[in-house]
Formats: sequence, structure tokens, C-alpha cells
Amino acid sequence: MADTQKLSQLTIGASAVVREMPKQGPAFLRLREMGLLAGTSLRLVRTAPLGDPIEIKVRGYHLTLRKSEADQIVVEPSSAN
Amino acid sequence: MSSDQKASTPARTPVYALCGNPNCGKSTLFNALTGLKQKVGNYPGVTVEKKIGETYSQHGQPIKIIDLPGAYSLAARSPDEAVLRDVLLGRRADTPQPDRVVCIADASNLERNLYLIHQILDLGRPVILVLNMMDLAAKSGIGIRVARLEKELGIPVIPCEAVNGKGLIELRLAMSRSDLPLPRHRWDIPAPIAPAVSELAASLAQNDRKPPLIARAEALLLLTDQDTVRVAGSAALTPQTASILQQWQKRWEAEGTDWAGTLVNSRYDAISVICNEVVQRQAVSVASVSDRIDAVVTHPVFGWLVLGAVMTALFLSIFTLAEYPMNWIDGHMAGLSDWVKSAMAPGDLRDLITDGAIGGVGGVIVFLPQILILYFFISLLENTGYMARAAFIMDRLMSRVGLNGKSFIPLLSSYACAIPGIMATRTIEDPKDRLVTILVAPLMSCSARLPVYLLMIAALVPGDRVPVASKVGIMLLMYALGTLGAFGFAWLFKRTLLKGEPPMMIMELPPYRLPRLRDVALQMVERAWLFLRRAGTVILGISIVLWFLSAYPKAPQGATPTQQLEQSFAGQAGKVLEPVIKPIGFDWHIGIGLITSFAAREVFVSTMGVVFNAETNDQDTTPLRQALLQARWPDGRALFSPLVCFTLMVYYVFAMQCMSTVAVVRRETNSYRWPAFQIAYMTGTAWVLSFIVYQGGRALGF
Repeated sequence: MADTQKLSQLTIGASAVVREMPKQGPAFLRLREMGLLAGTSLRLVRTAPLGDPIEIKVRGYHLTLRKSEADQIVVEPSSAN
Repeated sequence: MSSDQKASTPARTPVYALCGNPNCGKSTLFNALTGLKQKVGNYPGVTVEKKIGETYSQHGQPIKIIDLPGAYSLAARSPDEAVLRDVLLGRRADTPQPDRVVCIADASNLERNLYLIHQILDLGRPVILVLNMMDLAAKSGIGIRVARLEKELGIPVIPCEAVNGKGLIELRLAMSRSDLPLPRHRWDIPAPIAPAVSELAASLAQNDRKPPLIARAEALLLLTDQDTVRVAGSAALTPQTASILQQWQKRWEAEGTDWAGTLVNSRYDAISVICNEVVQRQAVSVASVSDRIDAVVTHPVFGWLVLGAVMTALFLSIFTLAEYPMNWIDGHMAGLSDWVKSAMAPGDLRDLITDGAIGGVGGVIVFLPQILILYFFISLLENTGYMARAAFIMDRLMSRVGLNGKSFIPLLSSYACAIPGIMATRTIEDPKDRLVTILVAPLMSCSARLPVYLLMIAALVPGDRVPVASKVGIMLLMYALGTLGAFGFAWLFKRTLLKGEPPMMIMELPPYRLPRLRDVALQMVERAWLFLRRAGTVILGISIVLWFLSAYPKAPQGATPTQQLEQSFAGQAGKVLEPVIKPIGFDWHIGIGLITSFAAREVFVSTMGVVFNAETNDQDTTPLRQALLQARWPDGRALFSPLVCFTLMVYYVFAMQCMSTVAVVRRETNSYRWPAFQIAYMTGTAWVLSFIVYQGGRALGF
């Protein structure tokens, strides 16, 4: 497996593929139901003016989540786009 | 039932449930289908809007449509989603069971929209799928093979542009079909959880008496629905079923099986297979309009400017535009009251009509222009998609006190009036966050406090010698005090009373859309009507009660209004109150004002006018100001010393001086405990702070 990092550490505009989602917690269940699953590709669109939350593009739509959640999601940066 | 009774009953009107993700254009479609034939109410026990409308089939037969709240999943996380779940599963006795379901999906975002629909297909009811916003999808390079999707799911699929009315005829035709097929789509429940699902389904069918297909759907739902959102009307599981679920969960935990994740994954796998077949994507190289707007609107610098401009526009319109209709209403109410006075013989009944009823009704509808403007803006912000951006920008600041960005608009609205602010908290999913927002919203200085502040500032720093800047400064200080108080208490409540889940901010940023004026106007009118029904009736009732308290017992013939008020029930109550408010520098005259202003805070000003026998009108408070400055304690000290004026303002910042808000909080929290708590903490804080200010000021020699 290539280098992985936390979703919260992704640079703005970079694309990545989700590798690991935490199993526990209602936030992660909801994120999964919103389509953020292991294997899903995403792009970090921007962070809010004060640095938190972040905005990602996933499955063709824009989704926000806080850095505290993004900290627990492991992604693998991809070169596409 | 006997056979001839059966024959006389007409065939039941078919009931359709309308459901889909938020922002998929559901309301527009509902409005287009039903026109104005809608009934808007509330699900009993929960503050979720219940909308039922009627339309006609192709053959002219009536069809009932329930517009269910937008949701992302049947595994409910908010009261809105819980209502959707419970209506679809037939758990709510207060709502007709839907026979069929119309699902709406945003065609430009099919994959995620299909998740909820995938869950609904499991319910064993005929489903029609509407692919809305086909034009927008085409613009962003997305094409959908509709016939293929129909074949994959085994249900009618209707491409549609609800905004232009395209596809509505086809939808009506499909809804008129008597032979609507059941969904044919089958997907395999993943092996690790399949035995649990069949065991749970069997128990649900046998012990909980669910129909077989619903039992399977409920069993699947039990694996992802952590049942954090229980709302009034949902029935609990039988112990047998609950224990089966617990055993399986224990076993999975021991094995390290991620049961909820497995289930969601397998649904998305099935959806991906379908989407690969039916969605055709053309790469569009230019950034979408939404992306370009967002580059400015959520920009680190321009974002704040835009937010500031939007908020300034909102408040300028509330405070300036509303003034004309408000004066007009005021004038006509006064005219009406004069007319009644000239047409009726003097007496108690006439006074009840003019001072109690007309005064009370006037007191309600004079707020209506402000409320309408506020609701117009809120609807506009929601329908364009800016609301989500405001929440996105403000989230970091709100998180400092443990709330999230969604509390921002309700709190902001409360600067105009706490009632629409509190009603706007319905968009906050987390029940605890919502409650905290409701509890602190009335601390934001509302427009009814403004006349009180203005009068006190006028008495505190009389006109000519003091620069305007210091008056504005005092005013800003009061607004800052209220805002700080709101955030401080939110912080405190989130740490103590209402400790909850770690806050999250999982929110879709929908693409910007040009709103349809008709939808915005309809939403504004609906909400204003709700305000009139909720608050209006209470304000009217309280106005009449307070009128009675200040008009009785009657003074002897020939008494002045001042003497009348002094010996009325309100006057007596003011005197009873004096020992309590004396430590904060108030006498019984002010006490009367505190009591009468429970109707609305600005009533304090007119009460002072009566108490000190000064002519008042809205334009000029000079006579009243002079009368206030001449008011004395029995020992000759000035009553309205600068310190007391200041203390009174501080008191009004914090005290829960508004019965209408109390009534609305009672409705929205569905309890007596929370409004009681709110009165206690707010008025308690007001007293303590006033005590500190007054006694501290005296010690310092003011």
C-alpha cells in the first residue's frame, strides 16, 4: 500500500481515496451513509475561512465535516486530477 | 362490518408519500402537484412540519400526498428523519399510512440520492422514482439512461424539471395507474449479517406483529439505526426482538464484524453497479457556477464581507422597510379604536374592546411586517443555498461554545425577535444543540427591547450635551452584553446540563440555485401564519389579561389614569414586588412596568407614560423623559439616576420579559420544564447582574 495520511492533512485541491473509516460512532455511520466509504475517491475542495470545517467533493457533491472527524479518516493521495 | 355498509363506503383515496434527500427539489414538486391545496400542521409531540396536500389523478380521482421531511437515510439522526422513517414504516397512528411512495432524486447527484431510495425499495410498497433537475444534470455533463434504470429497479422512472413543470403530466399519469408494480430490484444481504437479518425479521413478524416485508426492512434498519432519535409516536421493540439484536451485536463485537458498515457498504456496492450502467458522464472542464460563486463566498476575506453584507441587508430591511407598514398598522388600529369609542357608550365592554382586544390584536400584527421580512430572507437564503455557506463559515466560531454552524441563523434572527429565531432551530438535527440554542436565543437583544434602551439612554444622557457616539456606544454595549451572555450560557449548558455527543458538522453544501419566487413566498406565508397562530393567540390572550390587571379594580369616578393604574391589580403587584427589586434600585412604579411588559418588552415605555402621567407617542419621548427625571423616591432621591437607568437596561438585556417567547418555547420543547428553567435562569441572571451593577455603582459613588 502506498503512503497514507489523515484526511485532515490533505492539501487543498488534492484528490485521495479513502482507505480506513473508524467503525464506531454515529458521525462515521452518517458519513458512510452519505457515501464516504473505504475505496471512495474524494477531493479536498477547501477549508472554511477559520480553518475548520473542511469541504470535500465526494460522489459528485460537496460535503462538509469537521477536522476532528477528518483526523480519524485515513486516505491515500491519488495523482488523478 | 355488514355488506351494505361496505358498499356505501367509497374506495379509499390513495395516499402517496413524497420523499427524498434535502435539496432535491421536493417542495417545488409538491407545490407544483398540489397547488395551494395543502394543509400545513405539526406532527403531534414533535416539532416537525406535517404537510398534506391533495391532487387529482388523470381521471379526476382525488389523491392524497404526504410531503415528508427531506432525509438522507431511514436510520434517523434528527426528528425530521425519525418522522420520515415512522410514517413510511407505518409506525405513526396520527398519519394515514402511505399506500405508495414517490421518491425524488436529484439527477445530477444520483448515487447518493439512491441510498435513501434503496432503503425505501425494501419496504414492499409500489414506488415511483422522479429524476428531478434533469436540465441541471445535462448542463454538468451527466446523462441518465432512464429506460435502463427502470429495468434495473423494476419501477417507473420519470425524468422531470419541477421548476419548469416538465414531467409533471407523466408523473400524474404514473400516479394514476392502478397496477403500479412492486420494485423488482433485489440485492444480496451480505453473508456475515444475513442470518441475523432473517432471525430479526422473523421475530419482528411474530412478536412485534409487523407485515413480513416491513419486518425485513425494520430488521435491516435495526442494524444501522442506533435509535438515538426516539420521537413521540415511535413504538418500542418487544423484549424478544431486542434481546435477539443484543445477542447478535455482542457476537459481532467479539468477532470484530462491523455490521453497520457492512450493510451500508453493500447498499452502495449495489448502487454503484446500477450507476455504472445508467449514468453517463462527460468530462466538463469549466468550473461550475457554484464553484465559482463559492470561491468568493467562502473566501477567507471576501467570505466575511459577503456574510456581513447579507446580514446588514437583512437588518436594514427589517428596521427600515418594516417601519412604513408598521406605522400604517398602528395608525389604523388607533383609528379603529377611536371609531369604536365614538360608536359605543363608555363602559367596561368598550374598554375591553378598545384597550384589550384591539390593543392586543394591534400588538400582534404590528410585528407582522418585521416577521414577514425576516421569513422572506430566511426562505431566500435557504432556497438559494447560501444558508449552508453561512453555517460553514460560522461553524468554527460556534464550535467554541459547543454548538455548530447551524445555530447561527436562529441566533441571528433572534436579534429581530426570538420567536422566529426559536422556530428556525428546527433545522438543527441534534436535539441537545437545538435545545441549547432555544434556551439562549432570547438573550440576543430583540427589536422589542430597543424602545426600552432608547428611553433609558435618553434619560441617562439627556439630549444636547452628550455626543451621539456615547449613546451609540451604550446601545452597542447592551447588544454585546446580550450576545456574550448567549454564548456564555451556551458554553455552560453544553458543558453541564446538556452534555452530548461530540458536536459534528456533517452537512451537504448544495449547488446554488435561483429560487422560485412562488416557493419563497409560499414558505414565507406559511411560516408567518404559523407565527400568528403560535404567538398571536398568546400575545392576544396576555394583552387582555394584562389589560384586565391594570383596569381593575376600578378607581372611584374621576380618577386620572395614573391613579387608576396605581390602585389596580398591576399597581398592587408592583408594590408587592418592591422589596424584591429595591436592592437593584427599582421602586414599585418600575415594578408595574416590569409586570405589564411581559406582554412585550416595549410596553414598558407606554406603562411608564401612564405611571408618570406623561403624554407619549412614538415620535417624541421628551415629555416622558422629563417626567422620569422628576420622579423621586419618598425620601426625595431621584428615582431614575443614571445608575438606575443603566441597571434597568442590564436587567432588560437578561430578563425573560416575554410571555409569547415562553409560550413558543413550551410548544417547541414540548415541555413545561424548559420554559420554566429558562425564565428562572434568565431572570435570575438579570437580577444578580443588576444587583452587582447597582450596588457596585453605588459603592463607587455613582
